[in-house]
Amino acid sequence: MQSKTIRRWSFVHTWTSLICTLFLLLLAVTGLPLIFHHELEHLLGEAPELREMAPDTPHLDLQQLVAAAERHRDGEVVQYFGWEADEPNGVVAITAATAGTEPNSSYTFMLDARTGEAVEMPAANGGLMMFFLRMHVDMFAGLPGKLLLAFMGILFIVAIISGVVLYAPFMRRLEFAQVRQGRSTRTRWLDLHNLIGVVTLSWALVVGITGVISACADLVIEAWRADSLASMLAPYRDAPPLTTRAPASELLEIAALAAPGMQPDFIAFPGTRFSSEHHYTVFMNGSSHLTSHLFTPVLIDAQTLEVTAVGERPWYMDALGLSQPLHFGDYGGRPMQILWAILDVLTIIVLGSGLYLWWVRRRGTASAGREATA
Amino acid sequence: MSWRKSTFLLPGVIATLGLVGLFAALLGDGWWDVLAWFGLGLPAVLGIWPLLRRRTAEPAQIRQP
Repeated sequence: MQSKTIRRWSFVHTWTSLICTLFLLLLAVTGLPLIFHHELEHLLGEAPELREMAPDTPHLDLQQLVAAAERHRDGEVVQYFGWEADEPNGVVAITAATAGTEPNSSYTFMLDARTGEAVEMPAANGGLMMFFLRMHVDMFAGLPGKLLLAFMGILFIVAIISGVVLYAPFMRRLEFAQVRQGRSTRTRWLDLHNLIGVVTLSWALVVGITGVISACADLVIEAWRADSLASMLAPYRDAPPLTTRAPASELLEIAALAAPGMQPDFIAFPGTRFSSEHHYTVFMNGSSHLTSHLFTPVLIDAQTLEVTAVGERPWYMDALGLSQPLHFGDYGGRPMQILWAILDVLTIIVLGSGLYLWWVRRRGTASAGREATA
Repeated sequence: MSWRKSTFLLPGVIATLGLVGLFAALLGDGWWDVLAWFGLGLPAVLGIWPLLRRRTAEPAQIRQP
């Protein structure tokens, strides 16, 4: 590689890294507890615990749960009902002042599906884990914060790619994994930066790219509303506003008939971001491992309870769906969570050592310059 | 040991195994998970191991009084 080419790549690597490093450190540090958020919520006593009851106690129907939710949150309406695999007797309810209220002003709790009893989920509404989550997702700055972090993620990806290009000239005389332990601190950390950086390449790229996709989720969902949802709603363009709503009782049975073999993940109530003014929309997951991360919406007319459309899965919604597990590392058991944490810490070390190497080289050239002019 | 001298041979193998691991666990449980643990375990071990090695090749720096 010509020295001019190396200098150019080196410039790209230095500046893309420098600009994103502080943000990436924030993301890596706040991401670490988020890997274990489930375990930590149990430890902090913030996970919902349902009372013990006979194992086959029947569930209330969904309309009774809607009533229970609205009794618990006086003056609010249900936006979403969701299901969690590890709590088959619970329904996660999200309520807000209006159906269209933005997510950060909503209230989340769990309903015992057998009794309608409300169980608080403090971690979903505030507290330490929510603080880490908000710092990780948008730094409490809403959409601009998300997009800034998405841009930092893109810089991180460019830094990784330019780092791989620069790996070649640096390693010309070295064997793989050779760390010059006996040489200066700077040389040792240069070798460590190169080694740890190159072995964590795949993981860092995948987590970086899926992070950028997730950070753009709001835009992707808007695209889905304008494209896929709008075409399904064409017959309703001039429909008068909904005045009476049919009960939600049978929604899951209706959706299961329309999308056989699939599992419900959540119901978006009329007027929310994931539905229309005239529909209950049930989002169904596939039953295979891969398709369990993908969503098929079933639109049910909120007045007649007729299924008016079973949505296609546009590629960008599939990309968003698959980005979640690939970013969170929650799809391969406890060993994968631990590996995720180790790789996260190694990334912090690569970021820190990169900053250190830039600092000593900069100081080095400055003092060399002073000596030259002295 | 020319396989260690080649700049991109081993990093390429490790990166490929990492990608295989990342996507394997999306496809199933059991052996698919084991494949993921192997593909991600390799970079984790290779990253930690040189950090834990002590600096033995050179005598400790003698501090000037």
